[in-house]
Formats: sequence, structure tokens, C-alpha cells
Amino acid sequence: MLSFVLRRLLIAIPTIILISVFVFTLQKLLPGDPVLAMAGEERDPQVLEYLRNKYRLNDPIFIQYINWIGNAFVGDLGISLRTNQPVLELIMEKLPVTIQLAVIAILIALVIGIPTGILSAVKKGSAVDYCANAIALSGLSIPNFWLGIMLILLVSVRWQLLPASGYVPFFEDPLKSVSVMIMPAFVLGTALAATLMRHTRSAMLDVLKSDYVRTARAKGLKEQTVVLKHAFRNAATPIVTLTALLFGELIAGAVLTEQIFTIPGFGKLIVDAVFNRDYAVVQGVVLVTAVGFILMNLLADVAYVLLNPRLRSSS
Amino acid sequence: MKFARNVLLFSTITMTAMSASAQDLRIGLQSDADVLDPDQSRSFVGRIVYASLCDKLVDITPDLKIIPQLATSWSWTDDGKKLTLKLREGVVFHDGTPFNAEAVARNITRSQTMPESRRKSEVSSVESTTVLGEYEIAINLKQPDSTLLAQLADRSGMMVSPDAAEAAGADFGLKPVCSGAFEFVERVAQDRIVLKKFDDYWNKDAINFDTVTYLPIPDNTVRLANLLSGDIHILDRLAATDLQQAKASSAVNVTSAVSLGYQGLTMNIDNGEQANTPWGKDKRVRQALSYSIDREILNNVVFNGAFAAGNQAFPPNSPWYDKSHPIPERDLAKAKALLAEAGYPNGLDIEISVPNTNVPTQVTQVVQAMAAEAGINIKLVTKEFATLLADDSAGNYQASQIGWSGRVDPDGNIHQFVTTGGGINDSNYSNAKVDELLNAARQFSDPEKRQLSYAAANKILQDELPIIYLYHPTWIFGVTPELSGFTTYPDGMIRLENVKFEK
Amino acid sequence: MTHISDDTCSEDAVLATRRENRVWKKFKSHRSAMIGGGLAAFFILIAVLAPILPVVEPTATDWFAVRKAPSLVHPFGTDEIGRDVLSRMVWGAQASLLAGVVSVAIAIGLGVPLGILAGYFSGWTDAIISRCTEALLAAPFLVLAIALAAFLGPSLTNAMIAIGISATPIFVRLTRGQVLSVKAEDYVESARAVGLPTHKILSRYILPNVLPPILVQATLSIATAIIAEASLSFLGLGQQAPAPSWGQMLNTAKNFLHQAPWMALWPGIAIFLVVLGFNLLGDGLRDALDPREK
Repeated sequence: MLSFVLRRLLIAIPTIILISVFVFTLQKLLPGDPVLAMAGEERDPQVLEYLRNKYRLNDPIFIQYINWIGNAFVGDLGISLRTNQPVLELIMEKLPVTIQLAVIAILIALVIGIPTGILSAVKKGSAVDYCANAIALSGLSIPNFWLGIMLILLVSVRWQLLPASGYVPFFEDPLKSVSVMIMPAFVLGTALAATLMRHTRSAMLDVLKSDYVRTARAKGLKEQTVVLKHAFRNAATPIVTLTALLFGELIAGAVLTEQIFTIPGFGKLIVDAVFNRDYAVVQGVVLVTAVGFILMNLLADVAYVLLNPRLRSSS
Repeated sequence: MKFARNVLLFSTITMTAMSASAQDLRIGLQSDADVLDPDQSRSFVGRIVYASLCDKLVDITPDLKIIPQLATSWSWTDDGKKLTLKLREGVVFHDGTPFNAEAVARNITRSQTMPESRRKSEVSSVESTTVLGEYEIAINLKQPDSTLLAQLADRSGMMVSPDAAEAAGADFGLKPVCSGAFEFVERVAQDRIVLKKFDDYWNKDAINFDTVTYLPIPDNTVRLANLLSGDIHILDRLAATDLQQAKASSAVNVTSAVSLGYQGLTMNIDNGEQANTPWGKDKRVRQALSYSIDREILNNVVFNGAFAAGNQAFPPNSPWYDKSHPIPERDLAKAKALLAEAGYPNGLDIEISVPNTNVPTQVTQVVQAMAAEAGINIKLVTKEFATLLADDSAGNYQASQIGWSGRVDPDGNIHQFVTTGGGINDSNYSNAKVDELLNAARQFSDPEKRQLSYAAANKILQDELPIIYLYHPTWIFGVTPELSGFTTYPDGMIRLENVKFEK
Repeated sequence: MTHISDDTCSEDAVLATRRENRVWKKFKSHRSAMIGGGLAAFFILIAVLAPILPVVEPTATDWFAVRKAPSLVHPFGTDEIGRDVLSRMVWGAQASLLAGVVSVAIAIGLGVPLGILAGYFSGWTDAIISRCTEALLAAPFLVLAIALAAFLGPSLTNAMIAIGISATPIFVRLTRGQVLSVKAEDYVESARAVGLPTHKILSRYILPNVLPPILVQATLSIATAIIAEASLSFLGLGQQAPAPSWGQMLNTAKNFLHQAPWMALWPGIAIFLVVLGFNLLGDGLRDALDPREK
């Protein structure tokens, strides 16, 4: 097991280096002069030159990269060109926001996705199954930014039930915090609920066909017990892995949702940074996201192996 | 499960600790401010925050008269080369440092010499300062500069605590220390800026809030929804198209003022290769473009008529507006005739650079449709704003839809855009006569003489059209009815003196 | 992973036809797949026929009919500068579908050859391609597309390229896995043993086996790509004015939710339907091509 984790970690290193090179070059190729954007209405050539030197934009790109990655290694991701705040501090400030959003979205997705998935597997071919499938596909097909603006229009503008934007830290005011986040989390969670439902359904179908369940049924156990205790517990393995994988995707999916609901999270941080040509922030955020993504993948794999005794020995 | 239990536990603890302050004023801004250091700042919204955070030497009235703030009175020498200011006594900065002539001198030096300073050009006429007493200071100029007082009514005149600024250096913006009515508490980028009432403020009786929270909410609809639901009390820049809805609601009062800024088409006259088109070389085709546009209809379509149509660097209601050149009527026949005269009877193509945001795209699409009727075929080249700025500056455009937020002194709206080598003269337009007139206008202290200079320069600019002005935005604020005493200013700032919650 | 039985790769024409028949029969009996195909075909037809459909010019403006609610003259209403929304919806279908198809074509064009290379040759080639794929996969899809689109400059073409590149890793991975499993089959082993040249093995045995899952993935990816184009346009990085695309129409419409909600309604519904269509179609194809389910 340990060697398996170690091997995976070793493979991750070149991947991370590749990402860092990739992000860095892409940033440098972006059209638009960050210094001009920073200088704003003051175009004094001396100021421009000073800023270029200060942010080391005159160095050869290779040197810039080495500097950046070297500093990043010791936890210094530079400072935002726009607000002068350290990038790491910005990331630490935004991460909890997006994680909270993602957690609520996952909860919503689990609550909707798993029961409907089980139900539709048990009642395969029935009207319930068809309905559940239709709704799940709709959930996958609806553009979530559109869902977002429609919800704002109805719930916030027309009915004035929930706030249209903002963020309140959970431990400051849990009630308000959740009420602000419930709409965006729902928007984010719909596609996820659909994916979960479909996977739960197919995992359950596989398990329900197995000898193991047949034996349980033959023993005369109640159908409910068979489905929940025996079948679902076995089907749960791929679902757990999937959830871990989707968590990374959620962080990315938050990009548009945060933009629409003006949530000061990770996604908004990166989009605004791309538009403001805030190089240091874009680089830092993508690097951190990528590393997080890889770790989530690793975690998912480990969980998969741990939950699957058959694989444990072979790894 | 354990996690869930912990969360539950925490929430019950924190629930009891929460409380809402009735005197917290919440303001929804159109965008997030940049760095909060008056000397490094470059965004418009940043100035809105400064209005409560940092006092200036002088301020303006809604009709643009200069009035005392930290300076109580001032006088010019006859040659216009020395400005003597008497300062308010008993003022302290947020860190307790007393405000005096020495502090003013150090602030001006900071604006002039700090490497990151974006204020250098605004105070470039200042040669030195002389401290005449604890509360009196003279500013000596290289040449007469009638724009200086207006600069001191803006970011160049904002006084920061000199010791704190020196200690923090370029990082001052992370925790600004000024002398305004409110002091800095915290900032969460893209989320909020919180200020709290400064207890030792010299004019604290006029201040009626314990805290002010600025919330950047870029989306117009979302921002308005927040105002309607009472989550914010003042809304910065209500969309003109939302005006009807806001006026119809009893939950919103609307107040507005025509801004000092303008929006237009900057034409590339002589900035690099791309100027080598009829558009750069022949003023007649530029005139044709201008004649093909109906500015009133443009204003009606895009802004529900709530903005002001324009054809000069100053809005029509400004005292500096040249009345001998009113907004031209749309004249398609004339536009076609001018094109034919220039040798393009079958029409002419042009590329216009546009920021990829909503309002500029709408404006240029209307212009595109209008110009098409005169035979001018406009191709819109959309760019992100950062790219547009860089391209304009590098001459990588034929025409560009861009504007200016506006300055109190007329010089700030025109000089740097059309004089030879001007800081933001992306058109690279150059006309010796215009240079002479605008330089002279800088130095005259007599407003009438200045006005004549601007009118004379305008006459040339209207003929040569390096910038085709289109409209002037109106600052529209949505304010909750519970709030009284809020006044709109043409500079679009939110001043909180004597604003209070009723009842 | 889908395993394909031996008969599908035999060169026996009769067997192959029989298999095609079976797939088609299965597909035909798949009701939702037919609905999906119908939806997709409907929108493709609209996009193709846009020039001859009886709608006004999508850029024709009427300055005295700005943001008018749906009526007989303008069944879908008018937009922010007085253009007919129905006409813009019809022409917008072109941009959206084109974006979907072209970007997936780019992804396939890049991804499948790379996947075959990685899977067939393994060793260093595989290591390099796989690491690059993983690196791209680790950067979130939309973030990658946004950064690429910003780098290339806002336009529909660039959005398609950006989406295409961002979607490439999925195809690399899928193809590689498929090739690996086919490579281990006996008949490929024996073909190699007889000394059949590599390109023949690739074209005769590997490619036909790799194609079905790619077809399924492509259909589903078109759905994703249409949403991605709409998202980029929504952020101002896709189709540029005055030409319409659904995402760009939504981008404008979000500013007029108070006064002109219909501007946001139609493009959203259209995106939803066309994406649903491709998703249904993809699901149907998967079931039809999956030999396990009988």
C-alpha cells in the first residue's frame, strides 16, 4: 500500500512540473501589458520601467520561471499586481469559500443523487426509472450559468426570497451563510446529482445481478435489507471514488457559478485575475488547483484500493 | 458523522455571538477597488472608498467650486507661481500623528518621488514646498498651474500619515492610514472593504455611521436585487436601463448627476503603421463618420436617454463646453458627400477596437448600424480591456472605443489626450496651435481667458476629430429611502457627511 | 472499459454487416436515443438552413423597438438594440453547433493519434504523452479554456481552438486505454508475429476497434463543447458582436433580466435542448455499441 502511494506521488512530480511550465508560458504569452494595466491613467515611462523591473518582467523568461518556481517551493507565490496582497494569502482567503460551496453542493448532490439512483435501479424499467433518468439527463444538459441567472431572476428579483449574491463565513453566521450559498450550491450540485444518480444506478444494477445478492434474497431477507444493507454497501465503492473525483471538478465548476453569484471564491479569483492580467495570481491559483486535483485523484485511488479488498493484495 | 456533529456544535456557539449593528452602512460598488494607497491607486472605485477614508487638502461642491477641507484657506501670488495654504488645526491621522505643514510637505514629496507613484504627472508643476509655520505651507511652482487646486481636490491632495507611509513603503495600501472620517478595518479582495468611524475626526458630528462596508458587486441585476432586498443601502452606478424599474419601486430613491467623463472613438492619426489609412490621414472621412451618428438616438437606445449625448471633452452642461459647436445633427447626405469628396463614393471600411464588455459593445453596434447607412462599413474588433489598452498605446488599432472618467479641472479631460507627446495621446495627434492653446489654458488664472483658449482649441479639434466624442455617462445612484442627506456629485464620489438613517 | 468481441474485427464482410444491422436495430429501438437524434437533427437543420429561413437579418436594428416583449412581428421579442431575437436564435444555432462540432473535431484530430501512439508504442512515447495529458487534465477544463481563449484573443474561432485543446486529453486517454486492450488480443499478437507492418496493424485492427467508444465520447463531448462555448461567450470570450451565439446572447441578456427576461429565456432553452439531444444520442449510441448488453 505504502509503495503504491509512493509510486503515485513520484509520478505526480513530473506532472506538476509540466503544469507549472505550461501555466507559466501561457501567462507570458497572454496579450496585453500587465504594467500598462497597473499604471492605469499614469503613463510616465519612468514609472512603467520601474514597475517592470520591480516585478522582474524584464528578465529572460527562463530566469523568471526559475525564480517563480523556486519561490513557490518555499511557499512564496509572489504578490498580486492589482492589490499588492500576497498571492498565498489570497488563496488561503478564497479556498475556504469555495470549499464551503463545494461541500454544500456535494451534500445536495448526494441527497438527491443516491436515493434516486437506488430507487431507479430497484425499479428498473418502471415509470419511476424513466422519470429519474429523464430528470438526471436534464440536470446534465442544463447550462448551469443559465440556471443561475434564472434563479436570481425568480428567487431574488421577483420573489425576493434569498439574497442574490455575497458570502458570509460559516462560523460568523451559519444561518445567513447557508442561505446565501444555497442557490449557487444548488446550481453547482444539479449536474453532480445527475452524474451521481446515473453511477449509483448502474453500480446498483451490477450488484443486484450478483450471486451475492441472489444468495441474500434466497435466505429470505427483506427486500429493503437486501437493497440497502447488502447491495448498496457493495455499490458504494465506486460512488465514493467518484465523489472524491468530482470534488476536484466542482472546484473548477465553481468558476462560472461564483462569477454569477458574486461569491468571492477561488473561481472568481482566477477569472478576474485572467481579465486583469494579474499574472502572479493566475499562476499561483492554477498551480495550487492542479496540485489539489492530483492529490484528490490520488486520494480517490487509495480509497478505491482500500475499499476493494480484492485489489489490496494485487497492488 | 463526527464532522457533522462538530459543525452543529460550532454553529450553535456562534449563533449566540452574532449581532447586527443598526448603524452599519453598506454600499454596493460596481467593481473592486485596486490597491488602497492614494499615491498608487488607479481605479475609479478606489476613489469612492477614499472619499470616506482619506481627507484631501480641498474638496469640491456639486457645482465644482473648490472648498476647504484640510486646508481652510489659500491664496495665490500674482505671478501664479506660489500657492500658500492655511491648514486646519487639531486634525490627527488615524494613527494619532498630528496633521501639520510638515505632513503636507512630506505627502507632496511622496507623490512626486515614490517610484510606484501614479501621481507624478498631476504634481509635476510643483518645484518645492516651504513650511511657513505649524499650520501654513507654501507650494512653489515651476510655472503657473491653474489645475493644481483641482488636483489637490483629488488623490494628489489626499493626506496620508507620513510616518506610517514611510514605514510601509509600497505596501502602505494593505493598511492605509489617513485622516478621513472613517479608518481602515479590513479588506477581503473581491468581497468587502470595511471602515469604522474615526473617533478623533475633526468633523465627527457630521458623521452618522459606526461602520461603512463597501461590497463589489459587478453584475447590475444582482446589485439592484441587493438594494431592493435591503442588503445594501447605496448602489453605485445603477444601469441606465434599470432606471424605470428602480423609479417604480418604493424601496429605492434614485438620484443622479451628469459625470465629468466622456466616451468616444479615439482615431489613430499617427501612431504606427495602422494610422496609414484614410481614417488617419483624411479628416473628411472622420467627419463623415461623425455625421453618420445620431448621438441622441444612441443615448436613447443604449441608455434609455438617461445619459448625455456629447461631442466635446466636456459635457454640454459644463461651464467649459463650447456652445458655438453644439452636438451636430445626424446628416447622412453630408456624410456621403464628404466620403465622395475624399474619393470614396462607394463607401469605406474601418476597424473599431471595442472592450468585450456589454455597454461598449452595444454602443459600437448601434454606431455600426448607423454608419452603415452612410456607406461606412465598420468591423468591430473586440478585445479584453487589458489588451485594448496595450494595443491602443502601441498603435495597434484604427479606431478605439474608449473614454475617460473625467477630472474636476477641464485640463484633465483634454490636455494629455491631444497635445503633442501627451501622456495618453494614443492617437499621436499633433497640432502646434492646439498645443499652444491648451498649454496657455493651463497657466491662465482667469477662467474667462481659459475658456476662450479651450473654445479655440475645440474649434480645431471639431474640424480634425482625433477623438469623435459620443456621450457622457450619468452617475445614477440608487439609495434606500431610509437614508437622508445623500447628494450626488459630478465626480461620482459617495460623500457621507450629514448622510444618516431616518427615524 | 468496453471490450469488443472478436467477430467485430474479423474481415468477414457478412459478419460485419450483420453487426452493423444489429447496432442499428438496437439503436432504433432505443426510444430516447431517437428523441435525442431528432433534437440534434432539428437544430442542425436550423443552423444549416438559416440563410434561407424566412427570418429578418440578425443584425437589422430598429431603434424604436428596443427590448420589446414577444409579439406577432417579433415572436421571440427584440433585444437590447432592437434586433429580432428569433432571427438571432436561428443564426446563433450556427455558431453554437459549429463550436460544438469543430472543437470536438480538433480534440479528436489531436487526441486520437496521440492516444494511439502512446498506447501502441508504450515506453518513453507513452510516458511523455501520458504525463502531458495528466498535466492538462489537472488544470480544470473551463479554467484552461478561459486562459487559452484569453491568450488567443476573444473570437469564436479561438474559443473553438481553446475548447478543442482543453478537450484533447480525454480522447488521448480513452484511445490509449482502448489501444492497450486491443493490442493484447490474440489476433493482433499473431498479426505482429507474421510480420504485418505497423501501419497496417494500426489501420486494420487497432483503429476499427478504437472507433466505437470514440464515437460515443465525441457525441457526448459535442454536448460539453456547446456548453463550454456558451460559457466562454458568457464571459465575453467567444462569439463577438454583432454576430450572435446563444452564449453571447445570454451574456447580454443578464443585464436586462428586469426589463426583458425573454432575452435570457430563449437562448437558455435552446442550449438546454440541443445539449440534451446530444447527450441522449450519446447514451443511445453507447448502449447500441456495447456488446455486453443484449
